[in-house]
Amino acid sequence: MSHVVVDPVTRIEGHLRIEAEVDGGVVRDAWSSSTMFRGIELILQGRDPRDAWAFTQRICGVCTTVHAITSIRAVENAIGATPPPNARLLRNLIIASQCVQDHVVHFYHLHALDWVDIVSALSADPAKTSSLAESISDWPKSSTKYFAGVRDRVKGFVDRGQLGPFANAYWGHPAYKLPPEANLMAVAHYLEALEWQRDFIRMHAVLGGKNPHLQSFLVGGMATPIDPDQQASINVGTIAGLRELVASAKEFVTKVYIPDLLAVASFYKDWAGHGAGVGNYMVYGEYPEDDGRQPALYLPSGIIRAKNLATVERLDPAKITEYVTHSWYDYGGGDEKGLHPASGETKPNYTGPKPPYERLDTAKKYSWLKAPRYDGQPMEVGPLSRMLVAYASGHPRVKELVGAVLAKLNVGPAALFSTLGRVAARGIETQVLAEKMGDWLDALTTNMANHDLRIHDTSKWDPSSWPADCTGAGFHEAPRGALGHWVHIKDGAIANYQCIVPSTWNAGPRDGPGKRGPYEEALIGTPVADPEKPIEILRTIHSFDPCMACGVHVVDAGKRELARVRVL
Amino acid sequence: MSDLQGSWLERELESHGVSRREFLQFCAAMTSVLALPDSLAAAVAQAVERTPKPILVWLEFQDCAGNTESFLRASRPTAAEIVLDTLSVDYHETIMAAAGHQAEAALTKTVAEKSGGYIAVVEGSIPTAAGGAYCTIGGRAAIDIAREVCGKAAATIAIGTCAAFGGLPAASPNPTGALGVADAVPGLKNLINLPACPANVENLTALVVYYLAFKRLPPLDAYHRPLFAYGKAIHDNCERRAHFDAGQYVEQWGDEGHRTGYCLYKMGCKGPVTYQNCPNVRWNGGTNWPIGCGHPCIGCAEPDFWDKMTPFYRHLPGIPGFGIGTTVDQVGVGAVIAVGAAFAGHGVISMIRRRSDIERMQRGPQPAGPAAGTPPDETGGAKGGRS
Repeated sequence: MSHVVVDPVTRIEGHLRIEAEVDGGVVRDAWSSSTMFRGIELILQGRDPRDAWAFTQRICGVCTTVHAITSIRAVENAIGATPPPNARLLRNLIIASQCVQDHVVHFYHLHALDWVDIVSALSADPAKTSSLAESISDWPKSSTKYFAGVRDRVKGFVDRGQLGPFANAYWGHPAYKLPPEANLMAVAHYLEALEWQRDFIRMHAVLGGKNPHLQSFLVGGMATPIDPDQQASINVGTIAGLRELVASAKEFVTKVYIPDLLAVASFYKDWAGHGAGVGNYMVYGEYPEDDGRQPALYLPSGIIRAKNLATVERLDPAKITEYVTHSWYDYGGGDEKGLHPASGETKPNYTGPKPPYERLDTAKKYSWLKAPRYDGQPMEVGPLSRMLVAYASGHPRVKELVGAVLAKLNVGPAALFSTLGRVAARGIETQVLAEKMGDWLDALTTNMANHDLRIHDTSKWDPSSWPADCTGAGFHEAPRGALGHWVHIKDGAIANYQCIVPSTWNAGPRDGPGKRGPYEEALIGTPVADPEKPIEILRTIHSFDPCMACGVHVVDAGKRELARVRVL
Repeated sequence: MSDLQGSWLERELESHGVSRREFLQFCAAMTSVLALPDSLAAAVAQAVERTPKPILVWLEFQDCAGNTESFLRASRPTAAEIVLDTLSVDYHETIMAAAGHQAEAALTKTVAEKSGGYIAVVEGSIPTAAGGAYCTIGGRAAIDIAREVCGKAAATIAIGTCAAFGGLPAASPNPTGALGVADAVPGLKNLINLPACPANVENLTALVVYYLAFKRLPPLDAYHRPLFAYGKAIHDNCERRAHFDAGQYVEQWGDEGHRTGYCLYKMGCKGPVTYQNCPNVRWNGGTNWPIGCGHPCIGCAEPDFWDKMTPFYRHLPGIPGFGIGTTVDQVGVGAVIAVGAAFAGHGVISMIRRRSDIERMQRGPQPAGPAAGTPPDETGGAKGGRS
């Protein structure tokens, strides 16, 4: 039996530590710990709710739009503001482009090196690489000369002896299965994707002034004026530029990302049998298609339990609770019982080992994350959950793409409940959204043609127009999954603010009854060939796309009123 | 050694299909970002060619990775060029292949073997409460890692407002005792702050090129910010300044003035009291910037902006009766004087600093000293954002 500690888990956002018991080459037990805390919700107390989006946005700079969007939705819900259709369209474009860019970066820059051996790429034959690339895609950068150039560039880099961020990795590990040519192709696309994401995300600069941390959000609408006849507004020329970026996304995803994903996955089909996890999936739903109070959503909401795709339950936020039994917080009424966010309390109390430490006491409290549960059950959130709920709900395009991927890999739907399933679902979602963005641009253009230039509900801008005491909730599907914010506003100021975040759902520790969180459960049974080089653990953890800064968020209930948030 | 370095650069340029002429153009562009006289372009080119590939380690503490993401948006040179060709990025948790103890070993090796010879970049604030338990990496407290790694660095770049001044985690009531690098690790030599939320990668790139070219750090203001990026108020260079001067203001989101690009002053713009080069450099390869897309500046490069610049939508300064009906002259002079006072005379300090720094710049590049860089600011800048 060996006790494996991976800290820092790299190629993620934030600070994550995994401890695991490995016996007979297999993970027998695992603990997920978040090792950073800021207390942003506490910082929000007493502030202007119209500022909250900028504060919560800084919870994460990778998924840089998600907490801003969720915050303005929560505040709008509380004060009764109604953003006009153009604001919805601009937000959908921002949300979808975030998801597309984030997923591409995750695949190539955060996850690929778990499957792709850069050192092996050095021995690739550029001509064979070219044949391989041309057999799977008509992406133009695929000549022998091109791949020879990439190989020589990487070789030159390695020969200089300064390996920088590629030093000390698990190169040559027997778990790497790709032939040298596939490795070289992937390395070339790693570099291309780095350039592509930078160019594509100019979409956020157009719609939000800059990326990261866009600055065009407003409670009640958006700050980006629309006017076909003005230079300082989104005009016809701007739309043409955005169209070009959307086209580039569709092309890159269709011709590079998806073919690479399928090529890599075909060598790692055994990973469709690892990393299943808790088997429960939760989705709030996203992309409102109208402006009603309960709008139709392009990607549906729902709950799937115990991998049962025959039934999609309606989601009821009232069934959410959070445990602190194994988290560094105290509950006044005892730590064994979960509390609903409406009556939640959070008092940080670090009881772990004094740093520097070697091991956490995992029998006790061991993480800055709380353990959220839905109807008492741990839930996985994220692209896999979204694609499963959409698939099981009969979403036509998702059904078609999921079917195509399963057929291509020659596996059944059960393969989706796995590490590989997460990787595939993320790619499918990227494709679906890259295709969808053009519709929202069309709608924006139509509004412009009809001279509907509204971007903001100005009737609710002044705090004197708000109820003296109100509460609201905002929900969003972030790239990493279901995100909720709850706000209580009193006399124009924030009385209380709560977030329950995707990585809290996925990376949280055990709950009161001792049930593992989704990361922990997904690691059980994972093969580990060499406990000194646990690349297999990284594969499953990275398949969730951890975003730890998002996961930790807390307030001190001792001094602040927390108990009055009502979940809507 | 310099010949050897010259040859790798030539090889790199060739393998990228970059001609010598293009390389010199790049150096000229960099001299222009840095506002150096054109005559220095050749010196920059020569210096970049002859500089060994410097080692950089990038630490993340109480951060959101926004500055890392900003880094990935670099366009001149690109992030790939920086990582593969320009620098040796020996440690950066978000991008590095190694994990766990192999990752820690990479950092330990660099700190031990290259002591005094690497650049440390810090992203995120450093918590000091609860015995350091609010941020640990590999079981070690962030503050201990910062002391060791920054303490042995040739220079430390605190990137983003959290690392520079404490930023969001340090906003009232600062639940974790978060500090910027200057306050958490006092007495660091060669500390440079690149605040903003996040920092604009163009300024990081320019700083790196400056350092490679001159073997010293650029002149800094009282908050340890390079003057080439933070020497002027946003208001001074704003494309909407003419509307401010003409008294043309946005009154409501989406009104005709908003669509026409009028001044955002009345909607809460903090451009008059924020020192950064956003209007010139813009963001994402020069695509746009916040005021350009219709939203006011929130002052994100200034110390304590989460407390001092909020509420974001209240116009400057926060005194009753100011606003509609006030003449342009009163707005211009009154606002700046009142806010200048509120910000502890930062503008005045940076004006004074700037004059002596400009003179120093005009004397040309200095020979590299043993501890590359200018000494920490003598006007209290060593305390970072707390002056």
